[in-house]
Amino acid sequence: MEKEALIPEIGIVTDIRIDTPDVRTFRVVTPDGKKPFVHIPGQCAMLSIPGVGEALFSITSSPTNTEFMEFSIKKCGCVTSFLHSIEPGQYVTIRGPYGNGFPVESAFKGKDMLFVAGGIGLAPLRSVINYCRHYRENYGKIDIVYGSRSMQDLVDYNEIVEEWCKEDGISVHLTIDREQPEWDGHVGFVPNFVKELQFDTNKTAVLCGPPIMIKFTLAGLQEMGFKKDQIYTTLEMRMKCGIGKCGRCNLGDKFICKDGPVFRFDQLEELPDEY
Amino acid sequence: MQKVIREKAIELLRSGKVDRVLGWKEGEFFYDQTPHLFLSPEEVERTFVYNGFSGANLSKYLVKEGLKEGVVAVFLKPCDTYSFSQLLKEHRIARDKIWAVGIPCEGKLDIELLRKMGIRGIKTIEEKGDELLVSTIYGEKTVAKKDVLAERCANCKSRKHVLYDELLGEEGEVLDSARFDQIEKLEQMTSEERFAFWQNELSRCIRCNACRNVCPACTCEKCVFDNADSGIASKAPASSFEEQNFHIIRAFHVVGRCTDCGECSRVCPQGIPLHLINRKFIKDINAFYGAYQAGENPDERAPLTNYSTEDMEPGDVFKKGE
Amino acid sequence: MKSISLSNLPELLSAIAAKEALYLPVDTKEGAEYKAYAEGDSLSLACNTNRSAKDFFFPQVEDMAAFKVEGKKIEIIDVRKETEDFVIFGARACDVKSFEVLDRVFLADPVDTFYKNRREHSTVVALACSAPEETCFCSSFGIDAAEPQGDVSAWIAEGRMFFKPNTQKGETLLSALSALLEESDGAAVEKAKEETRTIMGQLPLQNLPTEHFKPEKLMEHFNDPKWKELSQACIGCGTCTFVCPTCQCFDIRDFDTGNGIQRYRCWDSCMYSDFTQMAADQPRHTQLERFRQRFMHKLVYYPANNEGLFGCVGCGRCLAKCPISMNIAKVMKALGGDK
Repeated sequence: MEKEALIPEIGIVTDIRIDTPDVRTFRVVTPDGKKPFVHIPGQCAMLSIPGVGEALFSITSSPTNTEFMEFSIKKCGCVTSFLHSIEPGQYVTIRGPYGNGFPVESAFKGKDMLFVAGGIGLAPLRSVINYCRHYRENYGKIDIVYGSRSMQDLVDYNEIVEEWCKEDGISVHLTIDREQPEWDGHVGFVPNFVKELQFDTNKTAVLCGPPIMIKFTLAGLQEMGFKKDQIYTTLEMRMKCGIGKCGRCNLGDKFICKDGPVFRFDQLEELPDEY
Repeated sequence: MQKVIREKAIELLRSGKVDRVLGWKEGEFFYDQTPHLFLSPEEVERTFVYNGFSGANLSKYLVKEGLKEGVVAVFLKPCDTYSFSQLLKEHRIARDKIWAVGIPCEGKLDIELLRKMGIRGIKTIEEKGDELLVSTIYGEKTVAKKDVLAERCANCKSRKHVLYDELLGEEGEVLDSARFDQIEKLEQMTSEERFAFWQNELSRCIRCNACRNVCPACTCEKCVFDNADSGIASKAPASSFEEQNFHIIRAFHVVGRCTDCGECSRVCPQGIPLHLINRKFIKDINAFYGAYQAGENPDERAPLTNYSTEDMEPGDVFKKGE
Repeated sequence: MKSISLSNLPELLSAIAAKEALYLPVDTKEGAEYKAYAEGDSLSLACNTNRSAKDFFFPQVEDMAAFKVEGKKIEIIDVRKETEDFVIFGARACDVKSFEVLDRVFLADPVDTFYKNRREHSTVVALACSAPEETCFCSSFGIDAAEPQGDVSAWIAEGRMFFKPNTQKGETLLSALSALLEESDGAAVEKAKEETRTIMGQLPLQNLPTEHFKPEKLMEHFNDPKWKELSQACIGCGTCTFVCPTCQCFDIRDFDTGNGIQRYRCWDSCMYSDFTQMAADQPRHTQLERFRQRFMHKLVYYPANNEGLFGCVGCGRCLAKCPISMNIAKVMKALGGDK
């Protein structure tokens, strides 16, 4: 019988990194040790533990990583709680890739990029950030604004400090919500920080984080003079199939799983506000 | 009676005594009325109806209405007042937000029975005394109302309004109903026959949850069947047993609280006589603990939440099954 | 045109059933329902069945895969089986049209192999309506109840049933039955079609307003204040969804059999509060939003993605079955500016 999109493949979790008290990053390969499939930044995959459930996660690793796939997952529901209890060597099921992904080979090309992320919102952006780093010559200056509740909640702080911060042409701006003795960086919420930083309006901005952060950052950028068609985000909604059939993530005439999850704000303006 | 009820609704709205009126709004074909909140006298005049097809029990909407600002007037038929009274007893309704108007009921009609007579393509229906004049695209038909009376009304348990703020029309009496006759027939079956009967009925269930969602006794904020953490949440039958499971659990949850309003059977899209399960429990309670009808007496304690030395011993139940 | 006397119809049904699985609507005490043919069953002449014909291709529950879990290891078992050939005999024009609505979802890339498998193995004999009901409004969506599509179109007229093949599958079925069929002219059929159309013209809902539901009006309809009043009595059950021939939303769940995990899908309803519930968020908090989603999907979203094809075929089941008698006809009238 021909391949059925809803029947998954086996994946093996070969490494689990503890990033924050509630975020872990899972490295997944196929049983023969390969990367499960090719993807573009911003796309997602369905992971499942049979008997526990199946859920959609954005792929955190960059397509330029040809060895394995990584998913940074925050513990918040049934499937994620189970994933947080597993050990390396655990089998999972995986299917994908799903969604449109970021226009890294079209709209983003040659642009100065501004990435704004809050908390676990960095997970889908990490893929595109590392993609832009890999093909550095294709993109202009990169600014990354990233904030979390506390220093301990910054996901993969190590990569940020050891790699991103040390690269030419990349400016990293970190912030945490409340003061901490061991933190000498910026303190404050992401939207305010973005306003304080005042960016050139020739940039293409990509936002991902909690709805409240998105709302106020968007407003702040617009105040600065950014237009809605320069700002992208990636949406999250409950999904079961990932291929535009189960109906759950229907938003107007779009399905977030296949027409999204990446949207420009001028596109979202024409859709019902149900996300 | 529709005229009197409309006038009352308009008077209540005009006087400012209530902010909204809960009643029945006319549909496309006389029989397809929708429960509706009327906000103005004009709206009442235009679309408020009360006739043989105003069957929906409006009492469950009062749970939601009681949470809103202002006062809502509601029109309740005798059996609806049982549900209202039971919901109040269970502290589900903010009493001070409700103005309950008791209205008389001559028994409601079941459109499905009309369809079963082969009457199709209905254009209009007119109530004339004991008869219905049905005009269809295939011709005129005259039907005796008693032949299309809903089962719950043919076996009406009471024409008495147990609770209201004001009453339109005459007060009725609790009736000596034949509602347990069919239960007795089921009891006389062998357990195999009875199992086959229910298997046949419940196998048609499509788990649409209409029976649960319409039931005035089902007011849990989160039903176990919707709660992913309960371990029994399900949307569809995984086996024929599962439908029985759903209905039996539901029946147990409403035992001693079901007012036998019959809404479950009225709304079932598959025509399953769900009320029989609940009515069996009512009959058993009567037999085990003395006559009791949930909703009938607002001050009476329910047998299953009360203890008396007269109560039967649990072991007696097993003896009965022998 | 081929035909058979109605008195010989049982022989025809037996002949089909001898060849492949046969399903047809039969009368039960609670109305017409599709069932597997058994000797002696007679075709229901009721205008429509309680449950729609979507069940044949998109059943309420179906297994998708099985898993064996042992320690950290998982084994995936493909439980799909090739469906046997089957005939649906007597589907009405509305239900046949619903297959097209479903096809555009399930056969779109990536194709749903469960659905496709059943669809490919089916032959649909569609029966023209002769006694439509007041709840019928297929004509509002441009469906002609007198001219049903399907692999074979069939008509009842003057004591006979007439057949016209529309597809290769239809040809194959009719040629296998040719010994039982007679050649006849189509005069009686034309007369029957006219009669049906005359009746359709008298139906109260034959001309519901559809011209308003254009993609460019998406946000206007979405923001229409009438949704509040239309949805206020909705009890949030799934009756409309489950009896609907075009509703195709589903849930995927796992069931622990004690001897492995079964992954199955089952019908789901956007009317249910947990449909879009996420661990941390719920984009549709109220019944108004859920109610609106169902009708917007059928009247605006689906057509916007499918060259104007509506996600409703006017079968009238939701009109007959909704516990509070709120339905798409009332919604269309309200949003279309009526009432």
